[in-house]
Amino acid sequence: MSAARVVWSGFMMNLKMVGTSSFFLLTSVVQPVIFATVAFYMFKSGGRSGTLLYAALGAGMMGVWSTTLFGCGGIIQWQRWQGTLELGVGAPPSMALVYFPFTLANAFTGMYALAATLVWGRVFFGVPLHLVHPWLFVLALPATVISLGLMGLLLASSFILYRYANAMSNLLEYPVWVASGLIFSTSLLPGWSRPISWCLPPYWGILAIRHAALGGEVWGPLGMVVVLGIASLVLSVFTFGIFETRARARATLSLT
Amino acid sequence: MKQSLRVFFVGGYISYRALFGFLSLWIFIPTLILTPIFQILLFAYIGRAAGVRSDEFYVIGNAIQYASVPCLFAMTQTISEERFWQTLGPILISPARRMPIFLGRALPVIANGLFVAAFSLFVGGLILGVRLDGSEWARLIPVLLIAAFSCTGLGLITAGIGLRVRETAVLSNVFVGLLLIFSGANVALSSLPNWMASIARGLPLTHSIEAARDVAAGASLHAVRGLLGKELAIGIVYTVIGFALVRYFEWQSRRLATLERV
Repeated sequence: MSAARVVWSGFMMNLKMVGTSSFFLLTSVVQPVIFATVAFYMFKSGGRSGTLLYAALGAGMMGVWSTTLFGCGGIIQWQRWQGTLELGVGAPPSMALVYFPFTLANAFTGMYALAATLVWGRVFFGVPLHLVHPWLFVLALPATVISLGLMGLLLASSFILYRYANAMSNLLEYPVWVASGLIFSTSLLPGWSRPISWCLPPYWGILAIRHAALGGEVWGPLGMVVVLGIASLVLSVFTFGIFETRARARATLSLT
Repeated sequence: MKQSLRVFFVGGYISYRALFGFLSLWIFIPTLILTPIFQILLFAYIGRAAGVRSDEFYVIGNAIQYASVPCLFAMTQTISEERFWQTLGPILISPARRMPIFLGRALPVIANGLFVAAFSLFVGGLILGVRLDGSEWARLIPVLLIAAFSCTGLGLITAGIGLRVRETAVLSNVFVGLLLIFSGANVALSSLPNWMASIARGLPLTHSIEAARDVAAGASLHAVRGLLGKELAIGIVYTVIGFALVRYFEWQSRRLATLERV
């Protein structure tokens, strides 16, 4: 019960914090709309207007990933700057539990991105919003967001050791967009990159969302989203423990 | 004169070093070396999926467009970071002339923008099989230099605005995004609505991207002199406006006592 309270309080607290951040507004609304606009014009000039919903969903997922990534990179860094990291580490609940609701709130904010690109596409590009499996779409979206939040938790744990976590976030944004094939099919990528894609929740998440919206098998990708989410959670509990101990031993926890 | 030159070169250099936490490679490499390569790959693959344009189109477009990241962010932050660290006041009360102080900061930014664009073009081309020979590189370097200069002019404008608003990173991100749409890096101007193409022609990078594509296709510098001239003129106009904005907001911040508000 107290764990649920930690999750709820942390989630609401961080949701309010990121809700007032113009940087998050940029990442979760403005940036996806920019990428969606570029993708819309590229697909239109290629004579493939029928794929605009495909592009809108992909650009939205790019926003979900960016928000998760920057949020997770930021959790540790911002707490360092604010001097609250030690308080979080010193609190009785495990560090993973303390920061799980933060990453969840970040990923939840990322859902604005999907809403923004769909509305933008509808209003300015006439993208049809007909969903083939609307109920599965409603299921796939939060499952993907939660899974990304859990992956973000895993990333956040490794950022404890990393002084320039924000720069690391920059590095991981584009490669995951590419490897997950958010706006194009991964069949275009070299064969050796396929296993990398399979390890990424955004890859399965966009497949589940895309299939729910445009038609196709949803349950398989959705299952993978759930499996990778649980794997991220389990791994992050271990990594938080290891990295936290190492940072305390080296006295680098609050290093800015 | 000697003192102004010293402020211009030494001040600009020190400011630039401070910007990257004394040139930490942990920030420089992920942000300015690796990310542009992946931006090129992302748009080249979207281009393949959309069935439009060649890889060369996206390699050149995105390599030059990415120069906007160091040019806009670095130029803005060389001034706004002074405010953050509360060192802007001491700089502004010094007797040094404003032009060498602020324009001196632009010089390393331009050099960095040139490096980022050239490196991205080289590595992106290598990965996607876009071959450029020595003579093409010799003609491309001046094009990239002019692109970096004109974009730094826009950076000076955001730097000026940065004296008034707090969220300079958001502001720079928005401009980078607008250049992604409007500069023709990924969508040819002919595929954009007329009003967007008209705006694009008044922005930095648009003409240099077009010139670079022409040069890579075999055109001489003489053949693209019109495009380069327009890019240079745009850069000069933006630099003048940017410098005027910096002076205006400096005056405003003194008047309103907002110089060190962070």
